[in-house]
Amino acid sequence: MAKHGLRVIAIAYLFFLLVLPVGLIVWRTFGDGLGPFVEALTSASAVHAFQVTLTVALWAVAANTVFGIGTAILLVRHNFPGKRLLNALIDLPMAVSPVVVGLALILVYGKFAPVGGLLESWGVQVIFSTPGMVLATVFVALPLVVRAVVPVLEELGDEQEQAAHTLGASRLQTFLRITLPGIRWALAYGVVLCLARSLGEYGAVAVVSGRLVDQTQTLTLFVEERFQNFDQPAAFAAATALALIAVITLLLTKFLRPKG
Amino acid sequence: MAIEVRDVNKSFGTTPVLRDVSIDVKSGSLTALLGPSGGGKSTLLRVIAGLEQPDTGTVRISGVDATRLSPQRRNVGFVFQHYAAFKHLTVFRNVAFGLEIRKRPKDEIRKRVMELLELVHLEQMADRYPSQLSGGQRQRMALARALAVEPEVLLLDEPFGALDAQVRKELRTWLRRLHDEVHVTTVFVTHDQEEAIEVADTIVVLADGEVKQVGSPAEVYDNPADPFVMRFLGPVTEIGGNLVRPHDIEISAGPVEGGTAATVSRVVRLGFEVRVELTVEGRDAWVQVTRGFAEQLALTPGDVVNVRPAPGARSLTLAAV
Repeated sequence: MAKHGLRVIAIAYLFFLLVLPVGLIVWRTFGDGLGPFVEALTSASAVHAFQVTLTVALWAVAANTVFGIGTAILLVRHNFPGKRLLNALIDLPMAVSPVVVGLALILVYGKFAPVGGLLESWGVQVIFSTPGMVLATVFVALPLVVRAVVPVLEELGDEQEQAAHTLGASRLQTFLRITLPGIRWALAYGVVLCLARSLGEYGAVAVVSGRLVDQTQTLTLFVEERFQNFDQPAAFAAATALALIAVITLLLTKFLRPKG
Repeated sequence: MAIEVRDVNKSFGTTPVLRDVSIDVKSGSLTALLGPSGGGKSTLLRVIAGLEQPDTGTVRISGVDATRLSPQRRNVGFVFQHYAAFKHLTVFRNVAFGLEIRKRPKDEIRKRVMELLELVHLEQMADRYPSQLSGGQRQRMALARALAVEPEVLLLDEPFGALDAQVRKELRTWLRRLHDEVHVTTVFVTHDQEEAIEVADTIVVLADGEVKQVGSPAEVYDNPADPFVMRFLGPVTEIGGNLVRPHDIEISAGPVEGGTAATVSRVVRLGFEVRVELTVEGRDAWVQVTRGFAEQLALTPGDVVNVRPAPGARSLTLAAV
């Protein structure tokens, strides 16, 4: 009986928390057929929000991939003073609220802050513009690639790399031919997670973007803004689109998880 | 000389691993670095390969000072205990790796790789992945991969250490024959004295980071430099303050010149050999005799016999404790 009781509780919990809300969004979205859904998503603002989201996410993923591989190799293959500190710092973005991240970035890169002012004088606007949104997204998704790659790199060991060296391969050749193929599945998993996080980021981006409609509005910001303005069909349509992207990335990670 | 190591010192942290190590390896020879684990033999091999940097001292390979050269530029073949197979590449691509790095023409690579795979009897396995091979096959693949780049020297770090006893024995014999065919200067690390004696033509005994003795297998076995080497190279027993090989002791029923009285405590039959355990002057010792000999003397526990080192037997006097 205890087993059944637990099952009922678990299912009810998931139903009220997950299935019902998401289901209702999908139901509301497609309540009047596909027409309104397509219409809402093809409006100029929605298309623009899509583009902003994609631009920001792709830059953030690219930055985190390069940084993630480099840091993982540094942490696993090298010993240096401050290694433990670096290791701890990488997880910091998981602990800090994204809103705090946004505010911190404004303090450094805002128009009236020293660094921001300097960049502004060179014609680079960070806050309320794409660079700031990319920075914020990079920050919140920072640990994902590193944490996916580190255990696999550890398990891989360095003997294959040493063997490649004795066979005449340079560091770069060894990385491209031996290390990268060795971590490819873990890397792909980390990149997909990072992409999902970047597409769905709200808090930090909301602060640094200034929420300028048709300028710095991402899809998540679009959903919120449409909802506040009683344009529920558009809000639901965009929310469903975000949920669909999440489901696809979830399936991708499931597919990538059994490495090799 | 193919390899000249001079006065190499190496410490890991505060622990010295190699102390003033100097060795010469002749071109075309097959040399064993033999010693107990933790004796520094793997580290010495890795220093020769450039995978470790010595703190002081020099390494010359084929007359060229290689001390500061990266492993990439030393042209050595290195075989790891755990194979270090490139898991994502087929057997063919594993063996071809060094040649691909050297940008050799495709036809040449194919020809050379297939030759090598034939040499190591893996020609049927060219398209398999390392995970589909047995341990012995993986190690032969690793050997072919190291040989592909025509290295000046071939270095093997406990190459058979991860294999089971049967495969070990097969590969030993096979390595000896391979060396007779290929003639590349080879150095291998082992802690198994039988393996070193059977395969190598020169043995370097390393312990506590120092070279204890260098010589042919017969030399180090018959004329060990010190009790440690004698103990490490084969079975020993102690009679009258001397370290003697148990098969170099004569047993006789009556008194003999230079003999010592001993009491038989146990007789163990091990097939053809018989191990006779004795008490000599209050100390335990043992003697290895043939079965026929033991039956002739009808040795039983409790018998009092006389023992002495066989004429011409090598023994080492132990310092009085």
